[in-house]
Amino acid sequence: MKREIWILSIFFFLFSASVLFAKDVVIVTSFPKELFENYKKAFEAKTPGVKVVINSKQTNAGVTYLRETRARPEADIFWVSAPDAFQTLKTDGLLEKYAPPKEIMSKIPAKIGNFPIHDPDGTFFGFAVSGYGLMWNKNYLQAHRLPSPKEWTDLVNPRYFGHTVISAPSRSGTTHLTIEVILQAYGWEKGWALLLNSGANMGTITERSFGVPEGVITGQYGIGVVIDFFGLSAIASGQPVEVAYPSLTSVVPASVAIVKGGPNPENARTFVNYLLSEPGQTLLFSPEIGRLPVVPDLYAKGPKDYPNPFTMKLGGVDFNNKLSSDRRDVVNSLFDHIITFRHRELKEAWQSIYRADDAIAKGKGSPEARSLVAEAKKLASQVPINDKRAVDKEVSGAFKSKSGLKAQLETEWENFARGNYAKAKEHADRALSLAR
Amino acid sequence: MAKTEPAPRERVDWWQGSTMTLLLLILISFILYPILRVLWVSLSEDRGGLTLVHFANFYRRPLFREALVNTLWSGSLVVFFSALMAVPLAYVIARYEFRGKLLLQTAATLPLVIPPFVGAVALQLILGRSGMVNLLLMRWFDTNIPFMEGLSGVVLVQTLHYFPFIMLNTAVSLSNIDASMEEMAENLGAHGLRLFRLITLPLMLPGFIAGSLLTFIRAIDDLGTPLMLNYKNLLAPQAYLRITTIGIHDVDGYVVCVVLVALSLTTLLAARKYLSLAEYATTHRGMPISRPLRGNKLALVLILSSVILGISLLPHLGILLLSFSKVWSFSLLPTVYTLDNYADILLRAPHFVLNTLLYTLLAAGFDVLLGAAIAFLLLRSRLRGRNLLDAIATIPLAIPGVVLAVGFLRVFHGWNFPVVDAPLTSTWFILVIAYTMRRLPYTVRASYAALQQVHVTLEEAAQNLGANRLKTFLKITLPMITGGLVAGGLIAFVTSCVELSATIMLVPRIEMGPISYGIYIYMQSALGRGAGAALGVVTILLVSAGTYLTHRIFGGRAGNAFRV
Repeated sequence: MKREIWILSIFFFLFSASVLFAKDVVIVTSFPKELFENYKKAFEAKTPGVKVVINSKQTNAGVTYLRETRARPEADIFWVSAPDAFQTLKTDGLLEKYAPPKEIMSKIPAKIGNFPIHDPDGTFFGFAVSGYGLMWNKNYLQAHRLPSPKEWTDLVNPRYFGHTVISAPSRSGTTHLTIEVILQAYGWEKGWALLLNSGANMGTITERSFGVPEGVITGQYGIGVVIDFFGLSAIASGQPVEVAYPSLTSVVPASVAIVKGGPNPENARTFVNYLLSEPGQTLLFSPEIGRLPVVPDLYAKGPKDYPNPFTMKLGGVDFNNKLSSDRRDVVNSLFDHIITFRHRELKEAWQSIYRADDAIAKGKGSPEARSLVAEAKKLASQVPINDKRAVDKEVSGAFKSKSGLKAQLETEWENFARGNYAKAKEHADRALSLAR
Repeated sequence: MAKTEPAPRERVDWWQGSTMTLLLLILISFILYPILRVLWVSLSEDRGGLTLVHFANFYRRPLFREALVNTLWSGSLVVFFSALMAVPLAYVIARYEFRGKLLLQTAATLPLVIPPFVGAVALQLILGRSGMVNLLLMRWFDTNIPFMEGLSGVVLVQTLHYFPFIMLNTAVSLSNIDASMEEMAENLGAHGLRLFRLITLPLMLPGFIAGSLLTFIRAIDDLGTPLMLNYKNLLAPQAYLRITTIGIHDVDGYVVCVVLVALSLTTLLAARKYLSLAEYATTHRGMPISRPLRGNKLALVLILSSVILGISLLPHLGILLLSFSKVWSFSLLPTVYTLDNYADILLRAPHFVLNTLLYTLLAAGFDVLLGAAIAFLLLRSRLRGRNLLDAIATIPLAIPGVVLAVGFLRVFHGWNFPVVDAPLTSTWFILVIAYTMRRLPYTVRASYAALQQVHVTLEEAAQNLGANRLKTFLKITLPMITGGLVAGGLIAFVTSCVELSATIMLVPRIEMGPISYGIYIYMQSALGRGAGAALGVVTILLVSAGTYLTHRIFGGRAGNAFRV
C-alpha cells in the first residue's frame, strides 16, 4: 500500500509543478464567448508575445471575486456591462487610475445623453454603449396572436400574461440596470407598481441573464426584457427575433477598468488603449458581437441600418449612476423578496384581477365590484419601503454586514408581499363573483 | 456496510499506521477542514464569537420555512416516482437473461450522468412550454401541459434523472438473493404475489431503501434542476443564490447550507444504520436466480423497458438534435441544420475535451488508489480510527458541490502552496482535487465490495508459502480485486465528466475549463447553443463508454459502487 501512496504523492507534486504561469493580461469578464474570443484573437495578433487570459464570471460573482482576492489580485482587467459594478469597485478602492493617450480620448465624447461615458476620476472607461429594450420571437407572437410591444408600460397588458420573461436583477447586472432605468424614469412608487404588474405577467424569472434571450429564441416565451446586443447578435445568427428600444430608456456604457495591484499593469494599459482605439472599436460591429461603439465617427463605416445611439432620440431618462449604485443591494433584494420568491402568489393575485376586470368589462359591473378591483390593484402594486429609506445608510449598510437588520427587513418585505397579494386575490375574487 | 471480522494480527503494523496517518491527513485537509470552515461562518457573529442567532433567524423566515418544506416534500415525491420506474427495471435486470441486457443496463444508468445545462435546454425543447410535445398538443387538441413548471416540474426532471440509483441498488439486492430461499418457499406452497410479499420483498428491501435514501439526498442537494426551471423556493437554490449574489457577507446562505448538510447527513446515517442491521439477512449467499427470457415475455419486458428508458433518455435525444441545429425556434424540429458546431468544439476549442480527459482520468486514478487503501485498512486492519476514515470518506455523498468549492476557496486562496509556488486555487489541480474528493465514496464502496470477496486465508496461504507482503498483494490480492477497482474508477470518471457545481466556482481561467464549464460558457449566447450541445454529445459518448465498461466488469452488481 505504501508504494501506491508514494506514487500518488510523486504524481501529485509532478503535476503541481508542471503548472507554470506565463502571466500576460488576465481579464475578468461577464461577456459572452463570441465577444472575448474575437478581442483575444485581435489583440494577440496586434501585440505579439502578450497572451490574453480570460476568467469568465457573472458580473456580481466577478465583483465578489475581486473583493475576495484583493490581498493578492490575480486579475489585471475588469470588463463587464454594468456601470454600477464599476462604481462599487471604485468605492472599495479596487480600481487603478489611468489616463489613456489624448489622440484616443479626443474621438470619444464625454457624454452619451446625460450619462458620462468615462468615470470622471479616470478609474473606468466606456468602450461600448448598450441600450435596454425588449426582444420578441416573431413566430411565437404570431402563433399566439399577440401584438409586438413598444414601451415598458406595454408589459402590463393582460394579454401578455405568462408570455413574457425577465431575469432576476440580483443575478444579472444588466437587468438590474433596466430595473433602475424604469425606477428612475417613472419614479419609485409608480416604477415599482409597473414592475409588480409586469412581474406578474412574466412566465418565469430566470436565474441567468442569458436565460431570457434563450427563452425567447427557443420560443418558450414570447417577449423578453434584455440588453440590446442579446437581440442584435441573435438576429445576426438567423433567429426569428426582433428588438425595440422603448422611448423612455437610457443608453449606458459598458466599461473596462484596470485592477489595482494587478500582476501585469503595463499590458493592462495596452489592452485598454486597444479597446478604445479605432481597430478595437470597429470590432464591435461584427455580427456575432453586435454592440454600439463609443466613437461617433465610426458609425458612417458601420453596417447599414445599424442603430446609432448618438443620433437616436432618447426619452430623457437622466440616469443617476450614484443613486443606482447606492441602492443596488436594496433594490435587488427587494425585487427578489416581493417578486422573484413570491412569484406564484403575485401571479395568482393579478390573474384574479384580470378575470374580474374582464367580467366587469363584459357584464354590468356593480360599483362595489369596481371598487373591490381597484382596491386589489392597489394592494398588488405596493412596495413595502419608500425611496428615502432605500438609500438610508443604515438600510444599505445592513446588506454589507452580518447584522440582523437585513434578515429583519427581508422578512418584513416578504410578509408584506404575501399579505398584500393574498388580500388582493380575495378582493378580486369577490369582485368576480359580484360581477357575475 | 456489513461487519467483517478483521484478520487477527499479533503486532501493530507500522506501515499500516503510517498509511492511515497519511490518508487521514489528506481527507482532513481536503474534505473535513474546508467544510468546517464553511459551517463556521454560520455559527459565528461579526466579531467572531459563537452564536446560534442565525439559525433562529432561519426558522423565523417564512421563505426559508417554505423552502425547507418544499425540499422535503419534493424529495419524497422524487423517491416515490423513481421507485415506480426503477423497481420493475431492477427486477428484469436481476432476474432474467436475454439478448441486449447489457445495453439495457447501460442505457438505464445513463440518465444519472446527463451533461449539465444542455440537458436542461434540450428537455425544454421537448417538454417545455413550446416544446415538441406541447406544440403537438396545441396543434391537435389546442391545449398544453405544463410539464416543466414549478415544483412538479422539478419532481419530474429529478425523477428522470435519479431513478437509476434505486434501480442499481435494488438490482444488487435482488441478485444477492439465494435461489434456494424462493425455491423453499415455493415448495411450501407460496406462489406469485404471496411469494413476492413474504420472501422477495423483504430480501430486496435493503438495496431498495439504500437506493431510495441516496436518491432523496441527491434530489434535495440538486442545484441544476431547480435553477434550470427557475424554481427558487428550495433550500439548495436559496443557498447558491445567496452565496453567489451577495457573497461572503451573506450569512443566511451558509445557514441554509448547514441545514441542507444536516438533512443529508442524517439521511445518510439512517441509511447506513439500516443497512448494517439489515444485511445480516443476506450474509448467506448462494446461486442467484437468473432465468432466460424468450418469446412473448421477452417482448413484453422489452416494451416496458423501452417506454421507461424512452422517457428518461429524452434529454439525450434533444441534445443530439440540438447539436446539429443552427436554428430551432418554436418548431417541432430544428429548421436549419449544420455541422459547424462539431468543427467548433473539436478544431477551434479542443481544450475543453482534452482538459476533461486529463482531470477526470487523474481524479479517477487517485480515487482508485485512495479508495483501495481505505478499503484495505477497513477490512484488513484493526487500527483505531479506521471508522473515522470511513466516515470522512463518506461525507462527500452528503455535501453539495458548492459547499466544498466555497470551502476550497476559503482555505486555499491567498497563500502559496509549496512546490507550485502559487495558490492552489489558481491552478487546474484544484479541479482534480475537487473531483477526487467528491467521487471518493464511490471507489471506497467499490473497493470494499471487491476486497470483501477475497478471503483473507488466501493471502495468509501465500505468505505461509514464503511470499512477502508486497508480493502477496501484487500476486494474490490485486488480481482478484482489479475488476472492482476499475469499475469504481470508471464510475468516478463518468460522474466527474458531468460535475458542474464545484467546477463552475473553481475554474481559474477559461483555458483550464473542462467540458462542463465549456458547456456553461457556450450556453451564454445564441450562437453557442449548438456548440454547447455538441460538447454534450461528446460527454454522452464518453460517459456511455465508461458506463458500458462498468456494467461489463461488474455485471448485475454495478450498484455496489452507488451504495451508501
